[in-house]
Amino acid sequence: MKAVEKTAVLTSGTVPKESLEILQKYKGGKGALIPALQELQANFGYLPEPVLEEVAKHLNLPLSKVYGVATFYAQFHLSPRGLYVIRLCTGTACHVRGSGAIMQKIRSELGLKPGETTADGRFTLEPVACLGACGQAPVMMVNDDTHGRLTPEMALSVLESYK
Amino acid sequence: MLYRNHILISSHTADAAAIKERFERELAARKLSGAVKVISSPDLIDDSEETLVVVYPEGTFYRGVKADDVPHIVEEHLIKGRFVKELLRCEYDDSTVPSLDRLDFFRKQQRLVLRRCGSIDPEDINDYIRTDGYQALAKVLTAMTPAEVIAEVKKAGLRGRGGAGFLTGLKWEFCAREPEKVKYLICNADEGDPGAFMDRSLLEGDPHSIIEGMTIAAYAIGASQGYIYIRAEYPLAVRRLKNAIAQAEEYGLLGENIFGSGFSFKLLIKEGAGAFVCGEETALMASIEGNRGMPRPRPPFPAQKGLWGKPTNINNVETYSNVPLILLKGADFYSSIGTEKSKGTKVFALAGRIKNTGLVEVPMGITLREIIEDIGGGVQDNRKFKAVQIGGPSGGCLPRSHLDLPVDYDSLSQAGAIMGSGGLVVMDETTCIVDVAKFFLKFTTAESCGKCVPCREGTTRMLEILEAITRGQATLHDLEVLERLARVCKNTALCGLGQTAPNPVLSTLRYFREEYEEHILQHKCRAGVCSDLIQYQIVAERCVGCQACVRVCPTGAIRGEKKAPHKIEVLDCIKCGACMEKCRFDAIIRS
Repeated sequence: MKAVEKTAVLTSGTVPKESLEILQKYKGGKGALIPALQELQANFGYLPEPVLEEVAKHLNLPLSKVYGVATFYAQFHLSPRGLYVIRLCTGTACHVRGSGAIMQKIRSELGLKPGETTADGRFTLEPVACLGACGQAPVMMVNDDTHGRLTPEMALSVLESYK
Repeated sequence: MLYRNHILISSHTADAAAIKERFERELAARKLSGAVKVISSPDLIDDSEETLVVVYPEGTFYRGVKADDVPHIVEEHLIKGRFVKELLRCEYDDSTVPSLDRLDFFRKQQRLVLRRCGSIDPEDINDYIRTDGYQALAKVLTAMTPAEVIAEVKKAGLRGRGGAGFLTGLKWEFCAREPEKVKYLICNADEGDPGAFMDRSLLEGDPHSIIEGMTIAAYAIGASQGYIYIRAEYPLAVRRLKNAIAQAEEYGLLGENIFGSGFSFKLLIKEGAGAFVCGEETALMASIEGNRGMPRPRPPFPAQKGLWGKPTNINNVETYSNVPLILLKGADFYSSIGTEKSKGTKVFALAGRIKNTGLVEVPMGITLREIIEDIGGGVQDNRKFKAVQIGGPSGGCLPRSHLDLPVDYDSLSQAGAIMGSGGLVVMDETTCIVDVAKFFLKFTTAESCGKCVPCREGTTRMLEILEAITRGQATLHDLEVLERLARVCKNTALCGLGQTAPNPVLSTLRYFREEYEEHILQHKCRAGVCSDLIQYQIVAERCVGCQACVRVCPTGAIRGEKKAPHKIEVLDCIKCGACMEKCRFDAIIRS
């Protein structure tokens, strides 16, 4: 299921059956909270509030703790994200090779601030600290595809191909 | 199965898959599929835009290979045994084999830990075993006691490759000494330093060496359960590791009663969730336990009370990768490499404004100059070297005068940098030193977990001062405050993150103070990076009025009639520099 369709499912406020099935696996397991949240997010694209409440119930944890963990780690998102997540590397090597200009270009072209999603739900802009592909700096990932040695113009044409 | 030749395709271009497929097709057509194995691998030289093909066992390399060259290589090299001269792309005479070692990039390297990366198929355990894999484990489990293993690692002088450089053997001994029955072993693969990618390459290129190293360590300390805590941002590494664990289990090299020795070891992968502070060992354990990844004070050290309150040993990826080598070749061999107090080799991730980027493995004690100039080929575009940043956000910036510094734990920390995990980012004159310090502080401020005041507040205040400096709004008094804050944070923060976060500030203040003062007193950024301190102007005599700059300006700040000199409205200009890049007449200058 695409992320955009999932969002529609979840706005109804009910807890989808899939999440209960996923949670069964983690019941009573040691250190299960983070892997459970990871699997749920992989399934829904983000972590909706009703799902967090179910996690607390199933793992027998206070909701405050579940919320605390979900907001501590950069990987977890409490609001829906775009179909394509642009992860622009702002690490040292990319910084030195001009990722700042690419960031500016994408921001002005898509009208996004870091962390925001376009109104059509297509792109989310997410700067990351390092993608570990420093030899190909500057680098960005669009979902799971890595694009390296970018210029601001090339970055735009890469995004064009996801439209 | 034994293969006559291995062909390695190293590329990140789109052609790589096509070339691999073509090789397989051509080999099948000549009934050579069973004799030659084709492998695609992480890039050998990251910088190469072209596809590199290496034929083993000779190590002959061909550059810039296209799919259409494949039949020729198969026919000439694999069947007739002759080099395809036109693809060699290097000087070559008939008496020598044009092998990889002849490239400058490889000549000064000593690839021990990386020896298999790029020459074996990381998804096939047989490739690993054929290259002496799991032999060290067999020797350890059948012929050595745990105490003997620890003694050997201590004698080798191996120090932790993750940052602080603690003696690995000693760490193991502390944990082994604990009387508890249940103990844990953890591999820290949460490589989060921006500018570092050696662990990723090892995990992707030689996953079994980490599994073997961990199993040996587990035997030495008496652990039967291990975890690999790995960044979720490395999906390929996670996949290859899972595959390697499954294969090792299938072969009986992991799991119950390994080699019939009665020793059992189980290995689980825990994917991180994106928090830099989890590279700190106590925070990492909190994260495995399912909590917010926040560090706690030590003692008790993990060796006494670690994961789930049990004695735990944590090392990083590269450290474990060194272990099989030590046990296989002996402590004497290992300690013959390196300097008196830093033994063995170190893998560095060479990046930034340098010609050859990529992973390099060098003996400890090599100079920075040899790494940067001989291996890295010097600074890109014939610009001038300015500084090298070692050890990521916890490390420091060293200037030109330190290029002859030997690279070992103690020399680096004396100079105000750290070995860290091994990120090496080269900067030239177009890099602003204050901007670099600001960049690192921004990172550590965002990644500070907020538990202790010196780090939470200290990094934020330091960042504010650095921002004021780059805007030209700071005074010399601010510089003093900055320095004091840095010292306090370094001396009083709870964990490694806070204690090392001021290093980029302190080292740049130590070596590049005049650049800070220039920003403050003259409102000048000599690299032209700090946009608040620069202005773009059009030189009227050179401007032909072509309007190229007008079209590219995002804010419409450039005005003027066609074919007449233009002007930039200072108030509308956002200083993006797009006009200057576009102008073909050098009519736009930055001041």
